[in-house]
Amino acid sequence: MRKLKRTVKKAVLTIVAMIFAVSFLLPTILTMANSFMSEVEINTNYGVIFNQYREREYGERNTDYVPEAVNLKLIPDMVTGEQYSTVLLKSPEYLLKFWNSVILVVPIVLFQILIALGAAYSFTRFRGRLREMIFFLYVALMLMPFQVTLVPNYLVSDWLHILDTRWAILLPGFFAPFSVYLLTKFMRRIPVSLIEAAKLDGANEWQIFTRVCIPLCKGAIASVAILVFIDYWNMVEQPIILLSDADMHPLSVFLSKINSGEVGLAFAVATIYMVPTILIFLYGEEYLVDGISYTGGVKG
Amino acid sequence: MSKKKKMPKAQPAEETVSIRKPESEGAPVSVQKEKNEGSGAPVESNGSCAEPKGVPVEPADLVYKKPKRSKKDRKNSILYLLPSLLGVLLFFVVPFFVVIYYAVIDNPIHAEFVFLDNFSRILQNSSFQQAAKNTGTFSLAAVPLAVVLSLGMAILLEQNIPMRSQFRTFVLSPMMVPVASIVLIWRVLFDYHGVVNLWMSHFDWAPIDWFKSSYSQIVIVILFLWKNLGYNMILFMAALNAIPKDELEVARLESASPLQIFWYIKLRYLSSTILFVAILSLINSFKVFREVYLLTGDYPYDTLYMLQHFMNNTFRSLDYQKLSSGAILMALVMVVVIGCLFLAEDRFGKDVEG
Repeated sequence: MRKLKRTVKKAVLTIVAMIFAVSFLLPTILTMANSFMSEVEINTNYGVIFNQYREREYGERNTDYVPEAVNLKLIPDMVTGEQYSTVLLKSPEYLLKFWNSVILVVPIVLFQILIALGAAYSFTRFRGRLREMIFFLYVALMLMPFQVTLVPNYLVSDWLHILDTRWAILLPGFFAPFSVYLLTKFMRRIPVSLIEAAKLDGANEWQIFTRVCIPLCKGAIASVAILVFIDYWNMVEQPIILLSDADMHPLSVFLSKINSGEVGLAFAVATIYMVPTILIFLYGEEYLVDGISYTGGVKG
Repeated sequence: MSKKKKMPKAQPAEETVSIRKPESEGAPVSVQKEKNEGSGAPVESNGSCAEPKGVPVEPADLVYKKPKRSKKDRKNSILYLLPSLLGVLLFFVVPFFVVIYYAVIDNPIHAEFVFLDNFSRILQNSSFQQAAKNTGTFSLAAVPLAVVLSLGMAILLEQNIPMRSQFRTFVLSPMMVPVASIVLIWRVLFDYHGVVNLWMSHFDWAPIDWFKSSYSQIVIVILFLWKNLGYNMILFMAALNAIPKDELEVARLESASPLQIFWYIKLRYLSSTILFVAILSLINSFKVFREVYLLTGDYPYDTLYMLQHFMNNTFRSLDYQKLSSGAILMALVMVVVIGCLFLAEDRFGKDVEG
């Protein structure tokens, strides 16, 4: 009897978990699947939704036959790479926007971590009162929403005459306090005895930093890199305020603007934009999970 | 009343608990009062408790010893901090003081000191009020839901069910998907002619214009939860993992119900994580502008007009006074709310202990 009850409980829990899992995965899968539909099929399935936007924005009426009801489809009637060939071969503007994202995000990830490693090392090696206060300042800054930090960023960019250039996004990104916080949290877990031992062996600070601390932090660096990358790959607020030139906007902003005209194409571009983060996820899920756990400070 | 009488065999178990973690006495003892039968369990608990286990040591804080520091090393190590500190000062701290300055002057040219005038003006601004109200409502709805649901899911995944790691992957996957990529499908789902309304029509429910009605916040809350639950769940899973197993074991052997174990033991260990998840969700709830902007553009329906929309429009007109006082108000609200959360955790943590 008791065993039966346990089996039933397990089954119910499994089903609940499955429902959750499917509903979390479905939007992503749908986007990917729909990117393999032809423009005609997209129009048949979703025309009723997107034609109204098209009418409003371009004043042009879609004359193709469109069914009254929306038709959500997981598997296309006919799988075609038509959208992808258009995006990749015929219209370079999407690739250009993709490149815009890359040249904003990759330098930010690299330099933010390089700069943060030094800061984290300093916060780890010496913990005087002043340094604890500075660390607290970093944490406070990290907690502030964009609505607060963008105003100072804008002012500085204006002073330095880098407004409307990529530097307006890059430079504040280099110094964002998030990685400092996370790497410090991790470095402080390195046993002091290791560092002391290195010192006894005659290592100087630079050697301790590069030969002891950084190798021990490899995993943490990967975690932080993933978290920072996702965050900036998703950026919307900074470009629309700091870059008035839409040509420099990353794909994360630009994507919403191609929606109304060419929906099928937009699905393909959306999928292409997911590829880097999904690859990172597939290969680095463990690092990501570790990184998240460190932010909570409960992993040990 | 044999029920309330303490069983002699169970005595050692209680003692070992108090040895391990003195403050934790409350939980297992109160559990013990409701115990009805030994049925061999106490004997087992005797056995398992016989092996000595040390008090769990916080690695970072207790083991840390002040290293011998020389003046030279100290100076040296400042160098490592310098690039970061200079950048932070230049891009965040110094301009923030300028922001404060701008907030209390009349206009940048005359620079007449007006103290709180800008603040009262912005507080009376109707679009600021609207934006603040919407953002506040959203955070009030989204943050508690995010905390409770993600905790629930972490507990669900803690159970012995098949394919746990796959479930974790699935729930975490939305975090990796850029918002911009998912906006299309969200429109397909929640448009007036969209899928959700189609389903609802099967039940003879009237269709809802999700993006242009008072229901619009619901769509955004769902999108927010979809994106953020995975992250929070990982945090809770890590915290649940960190709860000492032996303490749970003892409680279980003393036949505490799962609910009691959750309430008296787990929640106590989780309280700091709950605080952290709440703060994190709060910060993320301020970022929900992204989703709203990508779904509905610069001028959304009234209930979706967020504080960031207000800031964007103010940036366009470059009204420094408005921008600065707005930013300062928001910073203050963040400080107050986070302070309150810390206080609540302090209270709550003690509550559970006592």
